[in-house]
Amino acid sequence: MRTLLICLFALLSVTPLRAQTVAEILSANAGLIEKSSRQTIAPVIDALAASGDPMAAEVLAAWQEKALAIRKGDGAFVLLKTTSDGYEVRDLTGATLGTATKTDVTELKPNAGVRAMIATALVQFTLSDPDISKRQAALDSIAKDPKPEALLPLRAAIKLEKAPTILAQKQRLEQLLTLRFDADPAARVAAITGFGADLGLDLRAALNPLVVTKRLAASSPPDGNIARALQPGRDLSQTEAYDLLVAAGLALPRLTIEAERAALLANLTDGMVGGVALADLASQAARDRAYTALEAEGRVPQAMTDAEAKAAVNDFQFYDVYVEPDAAVTSAASAALTSIGYRVDFMQAADLALDGLSLASIYFLAAIGLAITFGVMGVINMAHGEFITLGAYTGYVVQQWVPNYTASILIALPLAFAVTFAAGVAMERLVIRHLYKRPLETLLATFGISIALQQIFKNIFGTQARPLTSPAWLDGALSFNDVVSISYIRIAIFVLALVFLGFFLWLMKRTRLGLEVRAVTQNPGMAASMGINPDRINMLTFGLGSGIAGIAGVAIGLFAKVTSELGTDYIVQSFMTVVVGGVGNIWGTLAGATMIGGLQKMIEFLNPSNTLAAQTYMILFIILFIQFRPRGIIALRGRAAGD
Amino acid sequence: MKLTRRALLASGIASLAVPRIAFAAGETIKIGVLHSLSGTMAISETTLKDTMLMLIEAQNAKGGLLGKQIEAVVVDPASDWPLFAEKARELLTVDKVDVMFGCWTSVSRKSVLPVIEELNGLLFYPVQYEGEESSKNVFYTGAAPNQQAIPAVDYYLNELGIQKFALLGTDYVYPRTTNNILEAYLISKGIAKEDIFVNYTPFGHSDWSKIVSDVVALGADGKKVGVISTINGDANIGFYKELAAAGVTADKLPVCAFSVGEEELSGLDTSNLVGHLAAWNYFMSADTPENKAFIDQWHAFIKDEKRVTNDPMEAHYIGFNMWVNAVTAAGTTDVDAVSDAMIGQKFPNLTGTVAEMLPNHHLTKPVLIGEIRADGQFDIISQTEPVAGDAWTDFLPESAVLESDWKDLKCGMYNKETKTCVQLTSNY
Amino acid sequence: MRNQKSRLIFVLVLALFTILVTIGAQNGLVSTSFVKTLGKTLCLCIAALAMDLIWGYAGILSLGHMAFFALGGYMIGMWLMYARTEEIVVASLANAGLPATPEEISQGIASQIFGVVGASDLPMIWGFAHSLPLQLMLVVLLPGLLALAFGWLAFRARVTGVYLSILTQAMTLALALYLFQNDSGLRGNNGLSGLQNLPGVTAGQQEVSLWFFWAAAAALCITYIGLSAIVSGKFGSVIRAIRDDEARVRFLGYSVEAYKLFVFTLTSVIVALAGALYYPQAGIINPAELAPIASIYLAVWVAIGGRGKLYGAVIGAAVVSLLSSWFTGGRAPSIPLGFATIDWVNWWQVLLGLSFVCVTLFAPKGISGIFDWVAGAASPDRKGAPLGRDDGSLQEQEALK
Repeated sequence: MRTLLICLFALLSVTPLRAQTVAEILSANAGLIEKSSRQTIAPVIDALAASGDPMAAEVLAAWQEKALAIRKGDGAFVLLKTTSDGYEVRDLTGATLGTATKTDVTELKPNAGVRAMIATALVQFTLSDPDISKRQAALDSIAKDPKPEALLPLRAAIKLEKAPTILAQKQRLEQLLTLRFDADPAARVAAITGFGADLGLDLRAALNPLVVTKRLAASSPPDGNIARALQPGRDLSQTEAYDLLVAAGLALPRLTIEAERAALLANLTDGMVGGVALADLASQAARDRAYTALEAEGRVPQAMTDAEAKAAVNDFQFYDVYVEPDAAVTSAASAALTSIGYRVDFMQAADLALDGLSLASIYFLAAIGLAITFGVMGVINMAHGEFITLGAYTGYVVQQWVPNYTASILIALPLAFAVTFAAGVAMERLVIRHLYKRPLETLLATFGISIALQQIFKNIFGTQARPLTSPAWLDGALSFNDVVSISYIRIAIFVLALVFLGFFLWLMKRTRLGLEVRAVTQNPGMAASMGINPDRINMLTFGLGSGIAGIAGVAIGLFAKVTSELGTDYIVQSFMTVVVGGVGNIWGTLAGATMIGGLQKMIEFLNPSNTLAAQTYMILFIILFIQFRPRGIIALRGRAAGD
Repeated sequence: MKLTRRALLASGIASLAVPRIAFAAGETIKIGVLHSLSGTMAISETTLKDTMLMLIEAQNAKGGLLGKQIEAVVVDPASDWPLFAEKARELLTVDKVDVMFGCWTSVSRKSVLPVIEELNGLLFYPVQYEGEESSKNVFYTGAAPNQQAIPAVDYYLNELGIQKFALLGTDYVYPRTTNNILEAYLISKGIAKEDIFVNYTPFGHSDWSKIVSDVVALGADGKKVGVISTINGDANIGFYKELAAAGVTADKLPVCAFSVGEEELSGLDTSNLVGHLAAWNYFMSADTPENKAFIDQWHAFIKDEKRVTNDPMEAHYIGFNMWVNAVTAAGTTDVDAVSDAMIGQKFPNLTGTVAEMLPNHHLTKPVLIGEIRADGQFDIISQTEPVAGDAWTDFLPESAVLESDWKDLKCGMYNKETKTCVQLTSNY
Repeated sequence: MRNQKSRLIFVLVLALFTILVTIGAQNGLVSTSFVKTLGKTLCLCIAALAMDLIWGYAGILSLGHMAFFALGGYMIGMWLMYARTEEIVVASLANAGLPATPEEISQGIASQIFGVVGASDLPMIWGFAHSLPLQLMLVVLLPGLLALAFGWLAFRARVTGVYLSILTQAMTLALALYLFQNDSGLRGNNGLSGLQNLPGVTAGQQEVSLWFFWAAAAALCITYIGLSAIVSGKFGSVIRAIRDDEARVRFLGYSVEAYKLFVFTLTSVIVALAGALYYPQAGIINPAELAPIASIYLAVWVAIGGRGKLYGAVIGAAVVSLLSSWFTGGRAPSIPLGFATIDWVNWWQVLLGLSFVCVTLFAPKGISGIFDWVAGAASPDRKGAPLGRDDGSLQEQEALK
């Protein structure tokens, strides 16, 4: 191999202009390739693509997939294929060279920019490749970086395409390229109107560059495709207009405070500047006076006054001019964008509603256990958050034992219920039972349990976040179009919340246990005299509420993080959900969660750059809301309401 | 009766204040370890405490320092910022430590600063931070913005051809400052202000669906979008899960994070995140003998082969070894002598180059950009030559005129225009 | 009469304690950091006293009082920060050639305080920060007005019991989230720092820490005497009656809401003043101080010390916060168990949490219950039951009917 390479080098140096093989190109540019950068690598990729070597496409593809390497022994480029105990190595002609281990070779790690360039170069080989996935990759590559050159090969490839899905994609892509790059304006307008009010992100991405404008100042209407004339003071501020003039070299920059200061300092003589004593320069007015005096002496450049600046702005007209020269195209594009805009707005509202609904279902799920322990039993369980965490950790532990994600989730859900049910029952028996007469003190006792549990979690599971991975069928998102989509995991949580709503209603309204729970809640003394054991009922109810918190923990862990602090994030939120909704009524909790979730998304929408503000205003709203509806949205009447 | 009880209690409490006399004075050199072991920051800081214990143990095995053994004094500021100041004062005045290694968040550092400047202590701060500060008593072994953020953005601009930026961060001073610097830098590079989307979320944020869809929608004007994430800590887990669910792949919309390392990735399944980026001065996957030795030492110390190493650990590694060398060179642990000896110290870092302590108390560090792999590690796809840390960024007008130099100018906030030292204490 | 006696004992003990600490500090027996810890603890005791008044005596479990504590700290912190920065800026501008204009000074201060994160203009909220008297007024006025407004709304709507607890918790959470925002103009998550450096004071922290310690001791003394006078008078009887049966007091013709509002506002002002004394010792204040958990801790101290007893609140706050300080200092010896070692750093919070449980279960009167037990039943308490029942619970009302 080494001698071969030496021969190649010799050949290369003698006849540099002959068509090169892939190996020659690579070894000639080894330095560039090893430290490849998008800035410098283009000639190498072009040369490889144009080399005519039958291996060119394969080598490029290998390079893109980080399967090209340099053998440490002789610096030769080789192709790698990962095997169980190392690599299977081939040379650049495709001949097998045997195997190698990780230490024998230096793998090349082209960055994403270089990989994208390779993908673009590969398009010509793969646009009509027999392998569908390669054709797909070629299309993705064109779509990612649309270029006029791709138009003709794409049109040619459409004629050969048989697979209907790929054909549709190719045709759409062809239209997108046509509307941007075709030479014939009529064809472009036709392509634009052909799409109609399509919601695709790719369409907007193709249309928007057509309506890009440039702002300029001119003394007479400029040539070109004028979007609109601007009125200083209305469409743009006086300062912006003046800055435009300065940028265009049509006016001098205004005097800044720093420049004035420097000028005054430069002209300081004997403690005086422009007739003003140095000690008096402690105000802006005095400094201006001194500068004016210096101006009069001609020692500093003239500074423009506000009136002069205004006059200068008035001497010019300001325009937004389309970068795209063809007026027909720009008007078609902006018309298309306007009509798309309406639909996008509508769809965004739908997406927002989905997000709100999803958030509401998460809050509901987190709060439903509390709706039982707090809402029905009146026990303030500050450790509720830790029960959620406990559920999430149960899920994590199960995944350590059961590697199949689907199976592990199916085991984790009931197990989390069982574990937190047991924890809840234990807590009720050991602590809460003794405090039914002193509910505010349950708050303190359970708070103590909460901080103890949190620290115990830290001691057992460590402080790092633990992975809880959803099964593959919950990956991804259900997208209705490029605007409205929701991830499957959120749908699953939504469904879970509905299931528990149904379960709760069934349990409370249709079962003996529910009847007894309601009886004990309303009048424990009377219930006891009817043969119900209030102790047992309290224990079971509390366990049930805790158990549901555990299941909520698994769900929350799946879409967010699993740390010992997980529960703390939800505890205050959950209490507010229950209180806002109205204590003692599951529909109230549902209404509370919906209101809080929906409202939060609404405020986030109004102030997209600051999510924290959204949460602040949401809580403020809750505080005010409770002032006016102290018993929540759905208030119980009569004795159960506690009046 | 009450009187005696009360007095007893009081005297009992007072007795707690008497310094521990566990070791004969002068026998050991004391190092204070000021990392939160409980509370929210324990997630990140506990690892650093262990790193320090490991380094100290190894140094003691080598015979200690100046012929004495090193003793670690570990305190727990419990993620409570005022407690950082209290514990720092305790370490300096009661335990009389010679040096402290600690802090993670900026606010904890700001809490400690006035105390160590008043008492002339010494602190090694190992985390990447927002800059705009230089204290006589602090050595910053983490990255300044020009050692992490700016090279990462350059990579976006030059290598990926990104034209539109989404700067997502947790709402606190590091992301705010970094994003301000980046905004100014991007505008200077010709990116229009409208093409920079900024969003701030609370700590531990978990509901990312709307923000992710907002970012995806940025691509509607046909420009290439890239995300720069200064999202902190475990909020990242929800963020990445949402990215994966929304099908945001790295070649459609790359995300480059400044606070996500091996440690954070160990909390999630990275198979959907392959190709997203992070910028650090160290990655565990760096292929050097020093790094291999360090990882082996870590695994042996922590007795867990699965534990990862990360950038702040390397910062402590460099900082500790430089301090040891500076103390050896100065022949004393006296703060002023050691500080003088620190400047100009060189020590090989774990990624194959050499770190040097600059007169502004920052290090030279190479900037590495890594792509996330399916196994939670990073493919290093770009490594610069060591970059000199800059305390005051050059990209914002108000701090471009400032300079820090503790060797010749003896000032951490020196105005180059007026040639005056603005203040000797640091900005807290 | 009994109250007078306990007041005297309290003052004497506090005076003795102050003298001992002072002597210890001057002889180097008590370190500056411990003087600071003690000074801060005294401030927390004041807050606990206020908490005891509102919860132990008036039966309103507010889980948001630490918000007022932090607000007081913020108000004083703004002046401390402004004045300190002004000194630096004026000194640095004095070397700049031209005398500084007021605009330059205020811009200099703003860019120094906010760094690159804020604008170069001071936000409106800093309008009074240049003046100590104005800012001191705000220490009282801002928390007072906030409490007045919040209390008026809440009590007018008859929000009671658990609902009020959760509402006050929401209030402190909202305030914390607001302050976490950078746009709030109070430096967001970083908060105000370097507060221990008093502008214009050249004395070292050794002296300053003692000054604050004395101030805190004096404030605690005044608060204790004031509050014990309040609770032993007619006013005290009324609020205890409200705690025990609100409806009955209302039917007797008292304006329950007015009493509650007065107690709520008064305690919030006391807490705010304690905060204004606390944060210059802590050195830094940031929004995490307003987190709901801080206020829960306040209630826990009172519960552990024994609510409905003023000295109980003081003891609870002192014991728990000093114990926490001891454990976080890494001073507690590890306990080797053979198979594992109990490291207190990892386990003290578990211990703390479990002790809350034990106190609520087995010692509902808290630590001060021990005093009563020791003092015996010599003087039966005719001021009503030491522990009233809590209001606002469904269970309990039902149980009593």
